[in-house]
Amino acid sequence: MATLKINGEDRNFDAPDDMPLLWVLRDVLGMTGTKFGCGIAQCGACTVHIDGNPVRSCLLPVGAIGNRSVTTIEGIGATEAGAKAQRAWLDLEVIQCGYCQSGQIMSASALLATNPHPDDADIDAAMSGNICRCGTYVRIREAIKRASGEA
Amino acid sequence: MRALDKPLLGPSRRGVLKAGLAGGFWLAFHFPARAVNEPEQQPDTTEGQFAPNAFIRIDRSGKTTLVMPQVEMGQGVYTAVAMILAEELDADFAQVAVVHAPPNEKLYANPFFGVQVTGSSNSVRAFWKPLRQAGAAARAMLVRAAAKEWQVDPASCSASNGKVAHAASARTVGYGDLVDAASGLPVPQDPPLKDPKNFTLIGKPLKRFDTPAKTNGKVVYGIDAMLPGIKFATLAQSPVFGGKVGHVDDSAAKSIPGVRQIVVLDDLVAVVGDHMWAAKQGLDALVVTWDDGKYANLSSRDIWEDLRAASRKEGVIAKTVGDVAKGLSQGDRFEGEYELPFLAHAAMEPMNCTVHARPDGCEVWIGTQVLARVQQTVAQVAGLPVDKVTVHNHLLGGGFGRRLEPDMAATAFRIAQHVDGPVKVVWTREEDIRHDIYRPVYRDVISASLSNGKIVGWKYRIAGSAIIARWLPPAFTNGIDIDAVDSAVDIPYDIPNLQVEYVRAEPPAVPTGFWRGVGANNNVFAIECFMDELARKAGMDPVAFRVGMLGKTPRLKAALELVAEKSDWGKPLPARVGRGVSAQPSFGSFIATVVEAEVDERGEVRLRRVTSAVDTGIAVNPDTIQAQLQGGLIFGLTAALWGEITIEKGRVQQSNFNDYRMLRIDEVPRIDVHVIKSGEDPGGIGETGATASPPALRNAIYAATGVALRRLPIDRAALAVANKA
Repeated sequence: MATLKINGEDRNFDAPDDMPLLWVLRDVLGMTGTKFGCGIAQCGACTVHIDGNPVRSCLLPVGAIGNRSVTTIEGIGATEAGAKAQRAWLDLEVIQCGYCQSGQIMSASALLATNPHPDDADIDAAMSGNICRCGTYVRIREAIKRASGEA
Repeated sequence: MRALDKPLLGPSRRGVLKAGLAGGFWLAFHFPARAVNEPEQQPDTTEGQFAPNAFIRIDRSGKTTLVMPQVEMGQGVYTAVAMILAEELDADFAQVAVVHAPPNEKLYANPFFGVQVTGSSNSVRAFWKPLRQAGAAARAMLVRAAAKEWQVDPASCSASNGKVAHAASARTVGYGDLVDAASGLPVPQDPPLKDPKNFTLIGKPLKRFDTPAKTNGKVVYGIDAMLPGIKFATLAQSPVFGGKVGHVDDSAAKSIPGVRQIVVLDDLVAVVGDHMWAAKQGLDALVVTWDDGKYANLSSRDIWEDLRAASRKEGVIAKTVGDVAKGLSQGDRFEGEYELPFLAHAAMEPMNCTVHARPDGCEVWIGTQVLARVQQTVAQVAGLPVDKVTVHNHLLGGGFGRRLEPDMAATAFRIAQHVDGPVKVVWTREEDIRHDIYRPVYRDVISASLSNGKIVGWKYRIAGSAIIARWLPPAFTNGIDIDAVDSAVDIPYDIPNLQVEYVRAEPPAVPTGFWRGVGANNNVFAIECFMDELARKAGMDPVAFRVGMLGKTPRLKAALELVAEKSDWGKPLPARVGRGVSAQPSFGSFIATVVEAEVDERGEVRLRRVTSAVDTGIAVNPDTIQAQLQGGLIFGLTAALWGEITIEKGRVQQSNFNDYRMLRIDEVPRIDVHVIKSGEDPGGIGETGATASPPALRNAIYAATGVALRRLPIDRAALAVANKA
């Protein structure tokens, strides 16, 4: 039995150390907000935070996390930056199909937490690992700026 | 049978289409166990509710539940459908909830197709009148119920915000209090509809129903269905199209912790485990020898040679105006050939389907654009009566035409029938891309003649798959695929002598299907690219050249003039920067687009700006229309810049986002969409952007470099300075 701190709670589960966090979250713990998109860290749909840093959970072995805390889309609203991002996403009606948006919001909130007033280049650097097939990029950029304006 | 079973629409206007399909059955509603994390689904019964038709339920508390006949895949249709119903119903929009429809072609068939399908950008077009009538009929019944209770003339009552009022006596009553009285009244067949100038919801940028749950991880897509005792499977299909499983050594796979079962079928192997990780590892550990079959040496080169040969033959005439031979003999004649590649859909939610197969029935969890067809397909594969197959639909993590096919449900069932209990079958991204149902390769051959700056003759031949012949056979008549010739037979320009031909050319082995923008995507590309070449031959500005031939299509002319103004058309640009334009009448919307792009010395293309003007008739939700165009334009630009599936040794060579590229945020420029006010009936919007941007980008490159590219994706080598002719 292993334990991880996820969204502030200790969660126990049974999984091998080399199992990527993505599958522990989705298939073992039933936390389906984090998405499978590519399995090779190319699309960002599976982004979570490890101690506040955005990480692609599809390639992160669960045994490598140790005592660090995991934050997922289900818990990001409890952080200041996460709540701001979620509100901006709603206000600007960013989302279409929404499948990539857990990852988009996780990347955006990590950016906003460390850089409350990102410029276009900062947004490009932080967000270019997250693919949106619906093409919501224009609104993602606007929403990050909106969220930073509220800081 | 309760009120829920009364069809509102009556027999399909295109019953002939339906007659040829598997349809024609009438199902009782049946809603067994839901996935444990499912949101509230359609109620099992309408008892105690006012349910005058298939779309509207009002309970005694006044809560209004609207059943969505079209599926939500990001295009905003749930909100648009709810707005149309609520508008005529005069519902309190804050009290409205939406639910997925169950599979039922009798109640929820798309009036355009006669089957329960969401596609072809026609949800709002097809359902505009039926939904308005449904809302208006319900409203009339509620008003009549109140008037009866008050013993006043219904005409002296009004309705708004979920209440009926009688101004003269200052009385009001909520819809919830009228549920029982209204349920006993006859449903009016032809209720009066609102004058659009009195719309209070339609035309407003209202918030979407589906957004909140998509910001906090609560949304449940098909891939998120979780059931007690669920297992997880992933699969490998024959890497060569049409190949079979030869020999399987599963000894290593079986020893992986969490692997429960290996399923070996004729054409695929699947590993079932306690989670996707076990299934994936197990699959990697299988040693499979494939019997490649007859397509083991198939390559893209062969497919293109065949298609080019087919496009040199005469086709079936799909449209004739005037005398094309005479037209082509006048003025100066020019030729062009355009080629579009195979494309994968690459929806962000990989293909998946959860199935619980039992001897006497089957339950399916999926996100699909063809709910009833999934049910019929699984029933057929299972050898079960259709009513023994229950399908739970979900929000879709992207459709783009891929989920117009039920193949993933059939495949998942074939695996699940060997598994005890529910199993979620998830395609890896690699399987998703290598076993897609691809946008076909197309080749278009155009001859045109110019005289005094106008086109006087136009012969246009399309060669490519007849998707309709496979997907909706009764609609494939006289050898003409109505999708393949879309936007070619209805070319918007005034051309006195014109002929459109279609050559059905099916690629060997590679399955082909609908892809966002469908047939229009091909035709708008070829037509609009050639228009720019003709404008240059005529020595005319590309916008002015088009405007001069749009006398019969004034809405497109207005869009073109607006986009020219908004995009700074004609203003000087630096060297190797160009603006390109496209115009299209597709899907009932009139859209003009300008792309501004820069081509560097190595031939790499950078997008600088995109501007579109759209007349889509009455814009039900203008914010959604802007969003759909912004996204659709990016979808098209992605394809134009990067999209191509190639075949070598019978195998798809691309596999994931590393080699099947998507546009990313740092590559996306400013995009402005101008929605033109219009009182016309609504047009379609979901696919239009994907169709609009590729020719506009190509024409921008033409303007920037003088190189007239004639195939996609863009050939950077042809654009490099060293190679410029």
